[in-house]
Amino acid sequence: MRYLLLICGAEEAHQAMEADGSFEADCHAWAEELRRRGALVGVEGLQAPDDATTVRVRRNEVLLTDGPFADTKEVIGGFVLVQCADLDEALEVAATHPAARYGAIEIRPLREP
Amino acid sequence: MTGAVEAAVTRAFREEWGQIVATLIGLTGDWDLAEECAQDAFAQALQRWPRDGVPRRPGAWLTTVARNRATDRLRREAVGAAKLRQAAMLAGPDGPGEDAAAASGVPDDRLRLMFTCCHPALAFEARVALTLRTLAGLTTAEIARAFLVPEDTMSKRLSRAKRKIRNAGIPFRVPPAHLLTERTASVLGVLYLLFNEGYAASAGADLVRQHLTAEAIRLTRLLAQLLPDESEVGGLLALELLHDARHATRVDAAGELVPLEDQDRSRWDANQISEGARLLEAALRRGRPGPYQVQAAIAACHATAPEAAATDWAQIAALYGQLAQLVPSAVVRLNRAVAVGMRDGPAAGLALVEQLKETGELAGYHLLAATRADLLRRLGRTDEAAVAYREALELAPTDPERRYLSRRLAEAIGPENSSKES
Repeated sequence: MRYLLLICGAEEAHQAMEADGSFEADCHAWAEELRRRGALVGVEGLQAPDDATTVRVRRNEVLLTDGPFADTKEVIGGFVLVQCADLDEALEVAATHPAARYGAIEIRPLREP
Repeated sequence: MTGAVEAAVTRAFREEWGQIVATLIGLTGDWDLAEECAQDAFAQALQRWPRDGVPRRPGAWLTTVARNRATDRLRREAVGAAKLRQAAMLAGPDGPGEDAAAASGVPDDRLRLMFTCCHPALAFEARVALTLRTLAGLTTAEIARAFLVPEDTMSKRLSRAKRKIRNAGIPFRVPPAHLLTERTASVLGVLYLLFNEGYAASAGADLVRQHLTAEAIRLTRLLAQLLPDESEVGGLLALELLHDARHATRVDAAGELVPLEDQDRSRWDANQISEGARLLEAALRRGRPGPYQVQAAIAACHATAPEAAATDWAQIAALYGQLAQLVPSAVVRLNRAVAVGMRDGPAAGLALVEQLKETGELAGYHLLAATRADLLRRLGRTDEAAVAYREALELAPTDPERRYLSRRLAEAIGPENSSKES
């Protein structure tokens, strides 16, 4: 099964990740290990929600909002798409991501055909 | 239908339901199909057993009927290749029948089912409901009644949990060694809650609720058979048996609560107490203590004391100290204070209770006020005891507890004053 891991955290969590000198290297090592096992489908980091633009179409009119679709304290800072045997494997993969120590990781199973 | 056949179907339901549902989930991966086909099998038994007689192995008969029914339904409904393959596997003579599974040492399907139902990715209340529905065979209406929620709410809770198991890929398996102890703790948490829900139900309470105690013991016993090396499983089974052995004497004929020291010990179930003590010893010998084993040891101290005055309070106080290390909980510290009060006198107990009260952790808990009241009464500080009893009365959640506290309050302030009270 495929799972999307959403790397979430409040502003302080994201600051702490940036302040952690080895964080980026840890993330790379984590992704490399997954790739080696053939479990990594894709991994990306995101710019801050300040840079987001939200689009809606109502009555054929395109409406734009400056900022994320939901104004929440916890924001998504990146995502990883993984291929795992079951939820237990996805849980172990998520628990070993360096960001799990600072923020939270939401595991969303993909809709499979 | 004769009474004997009816009894045979009822017994088969209690003993075989979980096994049949677990086997069908193992074969088809479809929880709803498994439950429906198991139900169909029992419906057929009700029709055919009065006519044909009760089969020699009712469980095997029911499993075969349920499996055939599942095969038919999959053949009829299957649209995808996967389902057809499953149907072929079901129909094939080499299909993994329950005898083959048992012979090859493959873990019991019921064990897999327990771990799936109690997976920590499910909400705790969903784990409880799923366990009762799929392993114990309670209907949705019965589970709803036992937990005092509308049937519609319980039905949604069960559907949502089953959907998550399927969509999120919660595995149907016994966890690997590195997860086993942690996941077993999750199963034990559900079984312990079931036991307590049934045990706390008063004599007049719904029978379904009382039934939970028996179901909890039955499932814990099964788990203990299937996981003989997990010492906390043996600990929980011992704890349940030691508590349940005293069940008949906890409430008197009038429905009033009888405190431990006043219970008629000759009516405690001696066989169950010795089985509990034996299981506890076997668990402790493995040298991996845990909260259930310690609680069982405390229950054993009470259950094996020939009379209330002979209770080994020193040992109980020490065990509560150990439990407080394992489970940092204010309720455990309150129980320890009671035991210390029995070992070293009420002043020592009261000192610990006052410390606990200072922290505010148990604010609003009626047993904090009731314990303080009892210790103050024993110290002869009657006025303060009366204030604490009244506070406990305000907070007590059930009528029997309120009546018990009222009697204690009346004793504390003396008969003359108590008439003024009312």
